[in-house]
Amino acid sequence: MLNQVVKLTINGIEKEVYVRNAETLIHTLRHELGLMGAKPACNNGDCGACTVLVDGLPLNSCHTLTVENENRSITTIEGLTDTTIQERFIKNWAIQCGYCTPGFVLNSYALIETEPDADDATIDEWLDSNICRCTGYQEIKQTVKEVIQMRGTNE
Amino acid sequence: MINFDFEYCKPKTWAEAIKQYNNYRSQNKQVMYVAGATEFISRARMDEVNPEVIIDIKEIQECRVIHQQNSELIIGAAVTLTNVADSNVFPLLTKVVKQIATKTERNKITIGGNLMSNLPYKEGILPFLLADSKIVIATDKGLEKRSILQVFTDSINLRDGEFIVQIITDIEIIKQPFFTEKRTKQSSVNYPILTSAAIKVDGLTRVAFSGLCPYPFRLQQIENLVNDPSVKGEKRIQKIMKQLPAPIVEDMHATQKYRAFVFERIVSKIIEQMEAVS
Repeated sequence: MLNQVVKLTINGIEKEVYVRNAETLIHTLRHELGLMGAKPACNNGDCGACTVLVDGLPLNSCHTLTVENENRSITTIEGLTDTTIQERFIKNWAIQCGYCTPGFVLNSYALIETEPDADDATIDEWLDSNICRCTGYQEIKQTVKEVIQMRGTNE
Repeated sequence: MINFDFEYCKPKTWAEAIKQYNNYRSQNKQVMYVAGATEFISRARMDEVNPEVIIDIKEIQECRVIHQQNSELIIGAAVTLTNVADSNVFPLLTKVVKQIATKTERNKITIGGNLMSNLPYKEGILPFLLADSKIVIATDKGLEKRSILQVFTDSINLRDGEFIVQIITDIEIIKQPFFTEKRTKQSSVNYPILTSAAIKVDGLTRVAFSGLCPYPFRLQQIENLVNDPSVKGEKRIQKIMKQLPAPIVEDMHATQKYRAFVFERIVSKIIEQMEAVS
């Protein structure tokens, strides 16, 4: 059997997709499900443009087969709405051409949820997973720090 | 995009995995085990591998454990590098694996996959070489324990159809003082010019390296020199240089000469730091 039906929960909605075993998740998201937020770039797990959250954890969707993700919960940038991190990315212009932005936003979101007290080294470690060819790193890091500080103040 | 098709199996037990492997091999099919599958996807995309069947071992319970049992630390082959690091059960291993790939990739790369990587680095193996760890291997005849030092030459030598289930390490060893340092060409995320690791056990320093030669290594003759205070300073380093198991690598990351320079400095640092440890 070279193809199969795979059950996935995408942005909170259960889906069934019929895929080649050889198909990567980014292909399924973009071409089977019409979710174009995860961006193809290196296709080698190096750049983070295709980052999605699988059970809350950032993964490069170019580096995972769709069949590996049976019954798992996947969040794409389309499923992330009205979050503080998104609002602050816009406010701080932590965006230039925008191609890497969905990956950065999802990774930053997961970082803040997972490590609410992240220090500089931890933020660097997480953000090193994503490449911005416009080199807008400083604004992105500043935005993550700002949201961490905001959450700390509100608690 | 992977431009060929394959069957995909996700067995729940190691015995089922072995059975599936043998079954497909009896049909003359090319079969490959995967766990994180990251390297498989990269290599398949480049047409460097083209199995007709892949067997994904990440759902096998024994491959997913990370715990201490009696005096041993047991880490399943399908445990991700992120989970290895977060558990911090083996501090030297934590530090080494946190230097491999990116954080996001470490959420998928497994320790078993790193040990069996086709790349020359396999940095995750260094702490296990230093600790004389044992690997549990799934075979036709059942689970077998073998010393990592016995099965590792330039890679871990498994027989056709076998796969790593767990790595077992003596708890006493993982508590020992250690050193590790990775040097890359430029960015923090890259393949190593040199990754070094050392621990001090019973007053003697053990050392292992990756990136310098075409494969990681730990050699008794190098450790004898590292632990020989009668040979001083630069002379000791030069003697160590003569014991390398293979020519120093020259590639896009560093020239041979620069790698040798880095190696000499790191070895001096290891000797200095480990001699200071009582």
